[in-house]
Amino acid sequence: MTTSVPTIDVRNVSKRYGKIEALNDVSLQVEQGAILGMLGPNGAGKTTLVKILSSLIKPSSGYATVAGYDVAKQTRQVRSIIGLAGQSAAVDENLTGRENLVLVARLYHMSRGESRTRAGELLEQFNLVESGDRTAKTYSGGMRRRLDLAASLVARPQVLFLDEPTTGLDPRSRNDLWDVIRELVKAGTTVLLTTQYLDEADQLADRISVIDRGSLIAEGTASELKQRAGSEFIAVQAQEHDQISKTVEVMRRFSTEEPAVTEHDRRITVSVTDGSALLAGIVRELDSAGVAVTDLSMRQPTLDDVFLALTGRTAEETAEGDGEGEDGGD
Amino acid sequence: MAVTELVANLRAEARWIVQDTTTMAWRNLVVTTRSPELLTFVTIQPIMFVLLFVYVFGGAIQTGGSYTDFLIPGIIIQTVLFGTGQTGVGLADDLSKGIVDRYRSLPMARSAVIAGRVLGDMVRNFFVVGVMLAVGLAVGFRFHGGVAGAIALPFFAIFFSIAFHFMMAYFGARSKTAESANVASFLVIFPITFLSSAFVPVATMPGWLQPIAKSNPMTYGVNTARSLAQGGPITEDLLLSIAWIVGITAVFAPLAVYQYRRAS
Ligand SMILES: Nc1ncnc2c1ncn2[C@@H]1O[C@H](COP(=O)(O)OP(=O)(O)O)[C@@H](O)[C@H]1O
Ligand SMILES: [Mg+2]
Repeated sequence: MTTSVPTIDVRNVSKRYGKIEALNDVSLQVEQGAILGMLGPNGAGKTTLVKILSSLIKPSSGYATVAGYDVAKQTRQVRSIIGLAGQSAAVDENLTGRENLVLVARLYHMSRGESRTRAGELLEQFNLVESGDRTAKTYSGGMRRRLDLAASLVARPQVLFLDEPTTGLDPRSRNDLWDVIRELVKAGTTVLLTTQYLDEADQLADRISVIDRGSLIAEGTASELKQRAGSEFIAVQAQEHDQISKTVEVMRRFSTEEPAVTEHDRRITVSVTDGSALLAGIVRELDSAGVAVTDLSMRQPTLDDVFLALTGRTAEETAEGDGEGEDGGD
Repeated sequence: MAVTELVANLRAEARWIVQDTTTMAWRNLVVTTRSPELLTFVTIQPIMFVLLFVYVFGGAIQTGGSYTDFLIPGIIIQTVLFGTGQTGVGLADDLSKGIVDRYRSLPMARSAVIAGRVLGDMVRNFFVVGVMLAVGLAVGFRFHGGVAGAIALPFFAIFFSIAFHFMMAYFGARSKTAESANVASFLVIFPITFLSSAFVPVATMPGWLQPIAKSNPMTYGVNTARSLAQGGPITEDLLLSIAWIVGITAVFAPLAVYQYRRAS
């Protein structure tokens, strides 16, 4: 594509399910070769957006194009240039990994020979060669995800939609999958990725859109969002309950904001701007104040922190509020 | 110009539908061969029926000739109809899993998911009919209607089942689970197969039941199969069978595709 039209172009898209507004006037653009992270809690509308863009459902209003094709009308064209790895791994449990990939390749109308070659390449790329001839039933969660991602790449899509690709994976499988996704982007694929984890969006995406209750509420790079949430957090766990107030007093000196206290585990958390530079000072001052510390940690802000900063609610509260009376929505 | 383009497009479309259907049929057959318990079930059950009717009930049923010769064509049609239930069960099973999302995101013909399942199940049914014929021959069944009839019998049985594959596909696409699809298929196929001429001559049924059994499409199918195996007049039963098959398929094939699209 050499045109100036963005590869993914969403204009005022809304989607209603009865009274539920799953998407409300969403507009966004993704340039060719870029990777957009769509960050939001459960029920925010991420899957709905992915389904609209991959032509599986139609928007109630607004319109969207992918590589110039109207997702509501030119479904055949859209499907031939996109890859979709949905939220639940869409693999056929009774087929082997290899058969799964051959099946998908055949349904993209590749020849038998081509299909077999491509399946072999992908098994190799996704580190599934040894298990390639076992039925997918026997695969672990991480292997299924990899197979699902491999299936979405069979036809070398220009545009890839990844709906919570690492939800439910252990940290190692998650890191492996991240590496694969990074490789893809290097090769020029345009990616829209949804996630509930700020660090995942941070690791993979150029830009992040935050979605809440069907609306985009913030947009920017990971560091921009983090700045809005307070860039880092330092948490100290006091050894004794009676030392909590002394600890709070010390921590207050390092932040413009009031430290937060959780009584049951005696943990005091404060948001700071440059944690690693302050760490040594905090340790020194706690020491001279006579506080015994059992744990001291620094962490990056999470979706929760960003959410709290943007909406005044935590992501969990939002998910619970929207979660009534609907299960298995995705 | 526009017309030739349209024709070319339709041709390409038809080609993809055929290829996608074959691909899906391949997938279903591979899955079938992976579940030996299914293959065992679909062959053991009819074999038990054969043994039950030939050796237990057969002596009490008067057909005016060999009961085994009477029974086998009927039980073959019954078997293929029970076999169609699997079409609904398999479809419901797919629909309850993530795999349909994959199919939907592909540029494939949507109808091929159903057509491929029907085709795959027809191939499996063909194999089962072969087993039934072998069992029949072992318990004394013989063809008396000539070679052509003997060759035509299995093909007719499979052809007859098409309508019911689509009917079951519709029920399967409506069901939320494989189990409920199974129950639905049983509730339909059981009365259709037993209220027919498959096991006893219709004339031996109570008077009020005879009109029902006589107008049952199964009866036309069984009578046609019997004539193929044993000779005798066939035209009327064959034509009525074809009419039923075409009619049921014309209603249920589009309904099944529609229901599948709604459900996925
Ligand atoms: N098929 C559906 N019918 C009714 N409501 C739905 C349907 N799909 C999604 N929703 C609702 O739309 C909202 C957004 O859902 P979804 O896009 O799945 O969120 P996310 O993927 O961000 O968790 C939720 O409130 C969900 O309950
Ligand atoms: Mg979702």
